[in-house]
Amino acid sequence: EFRRFSLERSKPGKFEEFYGLLQHVHKIPNVDVLVGYTDIHGDLLPINNDDNYHKAVSTANPLLRIFIQRKEDADYSAFGTDTMTRKKNVLSNVLRPDNHKKKPHIVISMPQDFRPVSSIIDVDILPETHRRVRLYKYGTDKPLGFYIRDGSSVRVTPHGLEKVPGIFISRLVPGGLAQSTGLLAVNDEVLEVNGIEVSGKSLDQVTDMMIANSRNLIITVRPANQRNNVVRNSRTSGSSGQSTESSLPSSTPNILANFLQEEESDEDIVIEDSGEPQQIPKAAPTSESLESLTQIELLHEATQNGFLPSDEMNLNHSAGSISMEYEVQDPEHKSLEEDGTIITL
Amino acid sequence: MRRFLRPGHDPVRERLKRDLFQFNKTVEHGFPHQPSALGYSPFLRLMAIGTRSGAIKLYGAPGVEFMGLHEENNTVMQIHFIPDQCQLVTLLDDNSLHLWTLKQHSGTSELREEHRFTLKGPPGSPPSATQITAVLAHSSREVLYLGTESGNIFVVELPSFRVLEDRTITSEAVQQRLPEDYCNRRSCELVEALREHPKNPDQILIGYSRGFIVLWDLQNNKVTHHFLGSQQLENLYWQRDGSKFISCHYDGSYTQWPVSSDNRQPEPLENIVPYGPFPCKAISKIYWQTTKNGLPYIIFQGGMPRASYGDRHSISVVHGSQQTAFDFTSRVIDFFIIFSSEPTAEFDDPSAMVVLAEEELVVIDLKTAGWPAVHPPYLASLHCSAITCSHHVSNIPLKLWERIISAGSKQNIHYSNMPWPIDGGTNIAPDPPQRDLLLTGHEDGTVRFWDASGVCLHLLYKLSTVRVFLTDADPNDNMNTLGEDEWPPLRKVGTFDPYSDDPRLGIQKIYLCKYSGYLAVAGTAGQVLVMELNDEDAEHVVDHAEADLLQDQEGYRWKGHEKLKTRDGPVRFEAGFQPFVLVQCQPPAVVTSLALHSEWKLVAFGTSHGFGLFDHQQKRLVFVKCTLHPSDQLALEGPLSRVKSLKKSLRQSFRRIRRSRVSSRKRRGGSGNTSEVQEANAKFDQEALQEMELAPVQRKIEARSAEDSFTGFVRTLYFADTFLRDSSRHCPSLWAGTNGGTVYAFCLRVPPAERRMDEPVRAEQAKEIQLMHRAPVVGILVLDGRSTPLPEPLEVAHDLSKSPDMQGSHQLLVVSEEQFKVFTLPKVSSKLKLKLTALEGCRVRKVTVANFGSCKTDDYSENDLAVLTNLGDIQIISLPFLKLQIRYPCIRKEDVSGIASCVFTKYGQGFYLISPSEFERFSLSTKWLVEPRCIVDLPEVTSNNHVHNKSGMENAVRKSRSLGDYGEDESKSGRLMEHALLNDEKVLKEIQSTLEGGR
Repeated sequence: EFRRFSLERSKPGKFEEFYGLLQHVHKIPNVDVLVGYTDIHGDLLPINNDDNYHKAVSTANPLLRIFIQRKEDADYSAFGTDTMTRKKNVLSNVLRPDNHKKKPHIVISMPQDFRPVSSIIDVDILPETHRRVRLYKYGTDKPLGFYIRDGSSVRVTPHGLEKVPGIFISRLVPGGLAQSTGLLAVNDEVLEVNGIEVSGKSLDQVTDMMIANSRNLIITVRPANQRNNVVRNSRTSGSSGQSTESSLPSSTPNILANFLQEEESDEDIVIEDSGEPQQIPKAAPTSESLESLTQIELLHEATQNGFLPSDEMNLNHSAGSISMEYEVQDPEHKSLEEDGTIITL
Repeated sequence: MRRFLRPGHDPVRERLKRDLFQFNKTVEHGFPHQPSALGYSPFLRLMAIGTRSGAIKLYGAPGVEFMGLHEENNTVMQIHFIPDQCQLVTLLDDNSLHLWTLKQHSGTSELREEHRFTLKGPPGSPPSATQITAVLAHSSREVLYLGTESGNIFVVELPSFRVLEDRTITSEAVQQRLPEDYCNRRSCELVEALREHPKNPDQILIGYSRGFIVLWDLQNNKVTHHFLGSQQLENLYWQRDGSKFISCHYDGSYTQWPVSSDNRQPEPLENIVPYGPFPCKAISKIYWQTTKNGLPYIIFQGGMPRASYGDRHSISVVHGSQQTAFDFTSRVIDFFIIFSSEPTAEFDDPSAMVVLAEEELVVIDLKTAGWPAVHPPYLASLHCSAITCSHHVSNIPLKLWERIISAGSKQNIHYSNMPWPIDGGTNIAPDPPQRDLLLTGHEDGTVRFWDASGVCLHLLYKLSTVRVFLTDADPNDNMNTLGEDEWPPLRKVGTFDPYSDDPRLGIQKIYLCKYSGYLAVAGTAGQVLVMELNDEDAEHVVDHAEADLLQDQEGYRWKGHEKLKTRDGPVRFEAGFQPFVLVQCQPPAVVTSLALHSEWKLVAFGTSHGFGLFDHQQKRLVFVKCTLHPSDQLALEGPLSRVKSLKKSLRQSFRRIRRSRVSSRKRRGGSGNTSEVQEANAKFDQEALQEMELAPVQRKIEARSAEDSFTGFVRTLYFADTFLRDSSRHCPSLWAGTNGGTVYAFCLRVPPAERRMDEPVRAEQAKEIQLMHRAPVVGILVLDGRSTPLPEPLEVAHDLSKSPDMQGSHQLLVVSEEQFKVFTLPKVSSKLKLKLTALEGCRVRKVTVANFGSCKTDDYSENDLAVLTNLGDIQIISLPFLKLQIRYPCIRKEDVSGIASCVFTKYGQGFYLISPSEFERFSLSTKWLVEPRCIVDLPEVTSNNHVHNKSGMENAVRKSRSLGDYGEDESKSGRLMEHALLNDEKVLKEIQSTLEGGR
């Protein structure tokens, strides 16, 4: 599928706008694509930020060939030096698979395509018996995939051991986000949800809090299996990993603020006059950003009204492209230090 | 970072908050749930009702009411007013006695518990020895006589509850002079009744369960008369002059006995089985009332022929040749007769009969021929058909108010004109500041209009939508028709009728425009009726339209109920609200949201499939919009597909209840020994814990997705005149919010008034907002240029509101169950938000804009959001900055029906159901507070021919004692009251969660 359209060379705008324009021109508003262009040397180079976009526009002579590839079946190896000239070789590679086997191609994905699925955060401020896990949810393709239940845990208090009610992870759904990250396990006690302590809250309340935060869920747990914890401090490696703290350190408020700042990602979508869906921008108090918003709209209108198409677009639906699998190595397992003396309750 | 600062550091704002907000539960409206005892003081003219949850409520003249709660929450078995005192004694089912006193404190009377007492037998005696069965509050006001299961009668002193052991009337003493042949060990077991001689306070009549009755002389401590009844005794009643008494029996008979000084062991005068000759049910209570014309009133409860009428709850009134058996729809708890209490009066001259049935209070006028019922000013049975929804309208214009009252008065012609006979105490509350209407929708398709301005919730008018439809029930089926010579002469009384002819008739949404008198009502089978107030009865055709909400959706099968059949041709409507338009949604799913714009003459309605807009001026459907997700099978199929899981969950919850009952019984097992109790408790906890570990309740953690069930369910509809397309022109608009977090905005073109009938109303979708968190949208609101919510339709036209500011830019507030969000208009950009669920783990259940006035100055008021959460908390959130102002716990979170029934008023008050029959009223405002303020004075005892030894008690009672803070006490009793309610909310919760689709 080829498209031609024009672009003002002196005012190329930002990459996001260009990306939106491409999606619009190809009527694929919700499809993630990889964008590439051929430079003067015939190399296929990616366009994924403002810098290389501007570079690409400046190299247009006067046509700029742009290749668009659906992200799911993208062939990352296509990018790089000599890629365009090497194209025939791809075929030969396929024909001679043993050759391919001998020299496994090391794939370095593009930085923009890494997307964090989960992370352990705040390791430096949390007690080592706790773990703060952040789960990122993109779209609706993969479920978070865990269940929680009521239970009771033992706390050390000045009056001795005391049984208190708590919330625990009861089940992980196979193939769900929670299970595939390996950071959460059945019987882990949930202590906080996005910086808010769950003690004193009912199972239903905690459920509601987690669902409300499901786009960017940060839960602090006390893992049931303390063996996998990183031991940072020789002091605690001795007898009791089950320290006496009954609540989290006082630094929590700051963290909370951080969370709130970070989690502005969940923006709603508005469809105006049954047109294209767009993210609802944040109403900014300054007039400057308002202007920029209107600019975007003008750009859209301009393209719709149809400037002379001068650029050639190529949407690559190459079904034969080799799909690469990520080889995800769990960095956790290697850096772990096992400490058998830690008592888990 | 500023918005993360903790709120509440501004001292000026803090002070203002104190002047604006205050939480009070003020009064309970309606009929007490599960009443168990009735008492009446002819002296104070106050009535007392006790309940199974331990509450005691006193009622007098309209507006005079008091409430108390026994801490034990045990069933109140008996209530006895102390003669000529502001005191009463209650007996609970744990055999404890409680003395309550009405005391005056800072200008109002209040009910307080003074003492409590449990009768203790000698060590080693069986519990039955002290199990109280009968109580007599003696006219000397000093002592109580307590008849027990063992047959002994104990005497306790008041108010100290000191047992006067030397005055105990033992069954041995009674049996001493009993004839040999009658004497057996069991004749004096269980005291069934104790009655003081009406003329001689030194004599009391003692009736034993086996039928043996004695007249006991208190002065000489001996039996003066023996009455050898042969039938099991139920109750006793003295005739006014003390020459005769009447006993009623288990076999449905009653017997008259003469009392004279000549015969110490008289034979009965007559023995009658009123509904014989076949076996009859027991007569449990009887009155014998004398009148001037010589014909007595004999009034008795029960006595119906066992075989054919044994299931009836009846009270029979016999007066000469007139006889009526009043037939109640629920069990009769107790009743009393109001008669002349003047000690000098020669005759009883009964004026009214007051009957407490399980579900309602019925008062019969005995003075008027035909014995009509009296319309009670309070204690209305809100649940005479189950309440399905409610709607509150504040500040009703006088004109509309009068028209509703006049429509209602035409419905009440069969009631007696007698003034309310229970008229003790004085209502000193100020007149209500405005006229408020509470509208309740019911399962049987009726809407009831209640005067909610003051303390007494009073029925003004009842509207039925049934006439519009063809139902299986025959409308001419009149239960009251009475055959000429039907026996027994049953007559149905009361309004409680829990059986609905057709559940599809149920009312789900109500919207009343107080300025125009337009009323929109929507129901269970997708029916939407628009009505107009007409002062005359009229016959006309109801215009009928159908709204196909599925439009071009293919391949669905509605498995739910069918739509209602309508009547062809003109229908006769009585004066009041008369329907002129009927819209039926297709599929006929329950209407979940409704909005009426009386100025534009438009009505909008939504179901689980979509929403539509109807022009009721031109009687034309403007548009429909399907909101259904194609994969949402549950919504497509209708409610039937959920029945299975509901059944299952019901079974489970019953099992759970049974289990918990067993364990609670186990728990009670431990006697007085504390360590034993602790041990038992610990064991119980352990068991509970084990049980929990065995079958843990799990909750799935998953983000909401577009494929979830019931995302298309329309939760809210809103009309607004605002800037939808551009900032220069405003236009009428319709907003809809769904369960899946979508907001639709439609731009409307309403022709000007002069061409209103000629040009069609047009609508065009202008915006669609998808909230990323996809939580159900429960409220939509547009704020004008001054950040004030837009006024109601016609409010400005009636000069009751400033016209909205159309100069500044408008803002859109979208309230989802999880978040409050403010967007700019016409370009939708998010401006502000409050993430309630993420921060607190609670979800929004109800939200309304309320106006709060300052109690300090008259000229300050502000609009805030009143919010009820799923945890039963009420929060007040400021507008437009969405700052949490204050939070009050209001309803227990387990009380799902209470939370679901809550309705807020425009001035910071609210109502919620605390039982199927009772509304609790609460206030969030310092300024608008409707609560009972009343005073009960001890009437002067003018002529008292009773012989009293002492009357120092009176002074003792009047002596004011230092009392605690009133407010504190009230809130405490409120909490306790809540605690006492409903045991079955767990079941309700289960049902609710199943209906909501579960997680």
